[in-house]
Amino acid sequence: MTTPSAGRRDWWGTDDVSVRFGSTLALDHVWFRAEPGQVSAVVGGDGAGRTTLLRCLAGALAPTSGQVRRPGPLATGYLSAGSGTYPDLSVAENLAFRAAAYRVPPETARQRTAELLARTGLDKVTGRLAGQLSGGMRQKLGVIAAMVHSPDLLVLDEPTTGVDPVSRADLWLLITRAAADGAAVVIATSYLDEAERARHVLVLDAGSELASGTADQIVAAMQGTLTVTSTRPAGEAGRRAWRREGRWRVWNPDSAPSAGDGGTVRPDLQDAVTVAALARELARSGAEGESR
Amino acid sequence: MWAMIVKEFRQLRRDRRTLAMMIVMPVVLLIVFGYAASFDVTTIPTVAVGPQASQAAHLLGKPFDVVDVQPSQDRAWAEEQLRDGHAAVAVVTGNGQSEVLIDGSQIFIAKAAIASLSAIAAKAVASGAATGGQAAAAAPKVTVLYNPDLTTSDIMIPGLAGVVLVFVGTIITSLGVVRERQSGTLEQLAVMPLKPRDVFLGKIVPYFAVATLDLAIVVGVGVTLFGVPFIGSVPVFALGALLFLFVTLGIGILISSVSENQGQAIQLAFMVTLPQVLLSGLIFPLSSIAIGVRWISYLLPLTYFNEISRGVMLRAEPLTSLWQPFLFLALLGAIVFTLASLRFRSYLAPAAPRGGAGSPHSAPSPATSAAGAPAPGTAR
Repeated sequence: MTTPSAGRRDWWGTDDVSVRFGSTLALDHVWFRAEPGQVSAVVGGDGAGRTTLLRCLAGALAPTSGQVRRPGPLATGYLSAGSGTYPDLSVAENLAFRAAAYRVPPETARQRTAELLARTGLDKVTGRLAGQLSGGMRQKLGVIAAMVHSPDLLVLDEPTTGVDPVSRADLWLLITRAAADGAAVVIATSYLDEAERARHVLVLDAGSELASGTADQIVAAMQGTLTVTSTRPAGEAGRRAWRREGRWRVWNPDSAPSAGDGGTVRPDLQDAVTVAALARELARSGAEGESR
Repeated sequence: MWAMIVKEFRQLRRDRRTLAMMIVMPVVLLIVFGYAASFDVTTIPTVAVGPQASQAAHLLGKPFDVVDVQPSQDRAWAEEQLRDGHAAVAVVTGNGQSEVLIDGSQIFIAKAAIASLSAIAAKAVASGAATGGQAAAAAPKVTVLYNPDLTTSDIMIPGLAGVVLVFVGTIITSLGVVRERQSGTLEQLAVMPLKPRDVFLGKIVPYFAVATLDLAIVVGVGVTLFGVPFIGSVPVFALGALLFLFVTLGIGILISSVSENQGQAIQLAFMVTLPQVLLSGLIFPLSSIAIGVRWISYLLPLTYFNEISRGVMLRAEPLTSLWQPFLFLALLGAIVFTLASLRFRSYLAPAAPRGGAGSPHSAPSPATSAAGAPAPGTAR
């Protein structure tokens, strides 16, 4: 845990937050912390509850129960799913609107905008309508629009989805720079390689926490071992196998001898998250089997 | 092609509002407009003044409906009754030839009155010829006031000014909020440090400015190009236009806030605009519209703006005699604006998930949004 910088809270986040949409429990008692100066990542599959959690953090959604700690609207920056920019305004006009709405003094806004535009390479297209930008450029615009007022808490919902690798690298530079400047940055992503770069990772599955901590902590907490095989193992072990990079990985929960022709591999975050999801799935189907 | 037809029907079935519009609206519109579409003048509110007022009133048969007989009053009073819209025809009797004053700003009523008067005169001449020929001398002099040549453009342009405002105010404004929803920027707006009131006014002011400019252009063109008279008070007209604009813009925002997409907003705006054009007295005289449908006219802001614009431009009606349309416009404005701003507020408040215990309005305060007790010391 780092010491928060003066004048800022030690953390922002959620305490035991649940969100229910009708009969659907979108978030189930989620605890999450985002610390100033760090990037925190929320990962999970489709419908895991990432966007719901981020909307709560940004103040766009009130939780059904629990508590959200966040700075006031002036000190929060939010990129909603999609770029959140006006397609019929130019790059410069989008940023000018955002700066004015967040009451950034004109001179500061000018400097900050110029700096962010230069950093993203958007300075060459300031007059172009946001709707005419490529997907990657529009995402960059969305991200810099969310940080133009130097917020204490920066909440970015899938800033890199659908973006080419070069633009992704640029975006990550922006994100880490915002954290280095003292902001608590929260990003939702479906890319686990990105999540590995975050200081803190929360893995959600069907609205509840599957794992959390640093990437290393999540990997270390993984039970059992992983083996690699060239073919899918038969029988029960097949249910614990998944394809990755052209080969099959098999999870052995009780560290039993490997069930294939390959050797044991060191798991990474992607493996650990897959295993956690698999373990939950197997436990669920096991429980269902017993109850039948 | 079959696949395309099936797909289209499936989409149509999901968009219930469009489906309802396609099936129910034609029937409703036909019934409403069928009863409204009438140029037939059945009653003409008439006053009679001067020493022989009672006799004159007695002479007038249908369609004249004598609403007031004042033997002690004179021409000036009669003219005032026409100006203030209490009557469309006034019979002024005196020592010499009688005079019939007709309000030319109510063009269909005026034409009907002239036709009926000629019929009465012709009958009088015929009966006069039979009895000795005195009646010809008694044929009244007919004076058409406010629009002496009964020019259609003179009465249409003040009303069209209102239609222009309805188009800008309702249809274009109705796209404003829904556009934010469709482009995904509404959620950004909701979390920005902007008060709902600021967003609301920020949305309205540009349209208000454009509509005001439009109005000035329409009136200017009407007066210069079509020679429409503007004999009344500009400030009174401006005040009426201002109130009317508030109502139409409010309706636009209201429509926008209950629509999911721009298509729905346009449909609704159209449903609000079309009746205004047809039922407000702009085309068909209000008194010709069947009673069963006429009540709708009195719910439409354009009805009141028409009264104001025609009254001020053509008859120089003062504010004191126009208090009723002003009052109704203000009332409509208050209702529409309250509804629109309430809708807007809930639109911008952090969405509360349904079915939970959370308070829908607890979140926008700084620092903490919680369903339980707020955390201490979370404010910056």
